[in-house]
Amino acid sequence: MTNNQETDTAAMNMSSGQFIEDQLTADGRRANALKTRVTAKDVNVFYGAKQALFDVSVNVPDKGVIAFIGPSGCGKSTFLRCLNRMNDTIEGCRVEGEIRLDGQDVYDPKIDVVELRARVGMVFQKPNPFPKSIFENVAYGPKIHGLASNKSELEEIVVTSLKKASLFEEVKDRLHEPGTGLSGGQQQRLCIARAIAVSPEVILMDEPCSALDPIATAKIEELIDELRENFTIAIVTHSMQQAARVSQRTAFFHLGVLVEEGPTEQIFTAPSDKRTQDYVTGRFG
Amino acid sequence: MAGQHIVASFDEELGQIDRLIRDMGDLAQAMVKAATQSLLDNDVPLAQRVISDDVVMDARQRELDERAIALIAKRQPMAQDLRAVVGAIRMASDLERVGDLAKNISKRVSAVGSGAMQRKLSHSIDTMAQMVGAQLAGVIDNYVGRDPDALVTLRADDENIDVQYTAVFRELLTYMMEDPRNITACTHLLFCAKNLERIGDHATNIAENAYYVMVGRQLPLHRPKLDETSISARPA
Repeated sequence: MTNNQETDTAAMNMSSGQFIEDQLTADGRRANALKTRVTAKDVNVFYGAKQALFDVSVNVPDKGVIAFIGPSGCGKSTFLRCLNRMNDTIEGCRVEGEIRLDGQDVYDPKIDVVELRARVGMVFQKPNPFPKSIFENVAYGPKIHGLASNKSELEEIVVTSLKKASLFEEVKDRLHEPGTGLSGGQQQRLCIARAIAVSPEVILMDEPCSALDPIATAKIEELIDELRENFTIAIVTHSMQQAARVSQRTAFFHLGVLVEEGPTEQIFTAPSDKRTQDYVTGRFG
Repeated sequence: MAGQHIVASFDEELGQIDRLIRDMGDLAQAMVKAATQSLLDNDVPLAQRVISDDVVMDARQRELDERAIALIAKRQPMAQDLRAVVGAIRMASDLERVGDLAKNISKRVSAVGSGAMQRKLSHSIDTMAQMVGAQLAGVIDNYVGRDPDALVTLRADDENIDVQYTAVFRELLTYMMEDPRNITACTHLLFCAKNLERIGDHATNIAENAYYVMVGRQLPLHRPKLDETSISARPA
């Protein structure tokens, strides 16, 4: 479009309020369409004969943090693990329903699970660095996915990832020392660096702070806040305060059912379901 | 209140805060009633009692603040518990202000004077005092009885108090124009009327907070306001 045409269109817009309004609604719709990164529809999960999740439907918004909360055994981790097919590794586990990442069916038999897990990274409860150097921990993913064509590119990815994970300053002088020699909080940030080194779209975090002290926890939370600018994050946490602090949306699971999902603020100030209310306020359910 | 907490002492602490609000509500009602009574009857000892009651009111507010802050620090309340605690802090500060305004009315009792004319003048605020007393009582009863719908109705009723205030204002203005010797008493009575009107506003605030505590939604911003004294004060 030339400049003239642009001006013409602008003039047309100016002359017609209704047109502008229509445009705005269309823009709004487009923005909404972009906002969802992962869609889950009627997801049922079985471990053998036992059903762990019942008809879970939820949208994970793009560039934001969604927290999954609920009592132990409510299915929140199970659901999280459905999103990158980690449940495939569990014998007797069966997933029904539909999960789409950017519109693509995650459970499509044609999909490459290794590639999927690069797109949907994961951080676990216990920091689990490889028994290798700090550098190698982060470089491993980009290497196997062929993301770097030479050594200097690889180094750049490692440094950038460590920086994004707010760990670089603390480890820059000992990149070739074992990752297992770091403190718990540093190890967890190393695992986050490892996850983001392959440029995932979504990062799943399964209680990433439950093995950490309050200072290390605060650092991870600060990191999550920074990461959400570029990544979509789904976090399972037992700490209600943590969910309230780091997430924009919260989903409450109970006995395998998604009871309520909504803006975090609302879930923690005025939840609509009594079960959610009882859980977040610490009452007998 | 729905269900018990897993930690029983949490329930006790919330209960204490709720009891303090009820106590302060009862005290505020009694103070407003006694203050207007002392004004109508020119009862100086009764006025004195209201003034000393205000010390009790202030102490209760401080106690409530301390308990509420300790509870937030210790329990990190969520959802209705969070609303109950934050709402209590706000309601307590409104009730404390109601106490201050009642005290201010009582302080004017001797200034208004005890002559027959002054008594007659005082009665111009009688209706308004009754309306404000009923408003405050209604708000507190419906907080205790957990009736959010009734609170919405009461909130709208504040409009009537504002109308009555305008009427009182005009009436007192007439007395002052009739006889300049009425000016001192009428000026004090005007302040009393203004105080009553402010008590009505605090009752409205309490209704709004109580509604939020119960329902989890804020009432819409629009609040009826019909104080027209600024209009009638304009020179003709």
